[in-house]
Amino acid sequence: MILQIAQTLDARGLNCPMPIVKTAQAMKTIQSGQLLEVLATDPGSVKDFAAWSRTTANELVEQTVEGGVYRFVLRRK
Amino acid sequence: MDQPLNLVLFSGTDDRLQAAAILTAGAAALGKPVNVFLQYWALDAFRADRIGRDHGLAPEAGAEGRAAVDHLRTAGQATWADTLRMAKELGGVDIQACSLSMDLLHLDSSDLDPLVDGVEGVTAFYLNAGEGQVVFI
Repeated sequence: MILQIAQTLDARGLNCPMPIVKTAQAMKTIQSGQLLEVLATDPGSVKDFAAWSRTTANELVEQTVEGGVYRFVLRRK
Repeated sequence: MDQPLNLVLFSGTDDRLQAAAILTAGAAALGKPVNVFLQYWALDAFRADRIGRDHGLAPEAGAEGRAAVDHLRTAGQATWADTLRMAKELGGVDIQACSLSMDLLHLDSSDLDPLVDGVEGVTAFYLNAGEGQVVFI
């Protein structure tokens, strides 16, 4: 399945908690049901995105890691 | 998630303020309300004419800690003030100056950085804190 990404946030190189803070900001700029793709290099982001998704009810649709870059796809609730 | 996180900031060193800013931004990103109460040296660090200064580190940092903090900064880590600004943009973050500390430091509201929303006493702080956790930094 090819996901239709509405927006990509490049959070590579940012320290905790900036990837999540910028994700929360970016989420407000897309519509409900749309997908946000986030790229991050902070190793803590794996647990942080899982926790953020659970708490805010924005679904974590996909999560991959390649060459030290974590990629998260989130659907706005 | 409805109960706020309540941070009492006492220390005015950059490392402790950074830790507090991270806790604030993380909670704001989760949609949790945050009340920040500034006392003593933390309040002094929020003076409009001093907020951008080097406020030093806690004594336990030592030379090695200083180097580590400087390294993160040159790698592009946001300052505590910028982190708090971003947290406030997310909403739900209220920063209040302790009125006793204002007297202690001979400060007027106009002396403070716009990050500070107002001045209140400890009773108002507890009222807004509700049943939420209170953390002293």
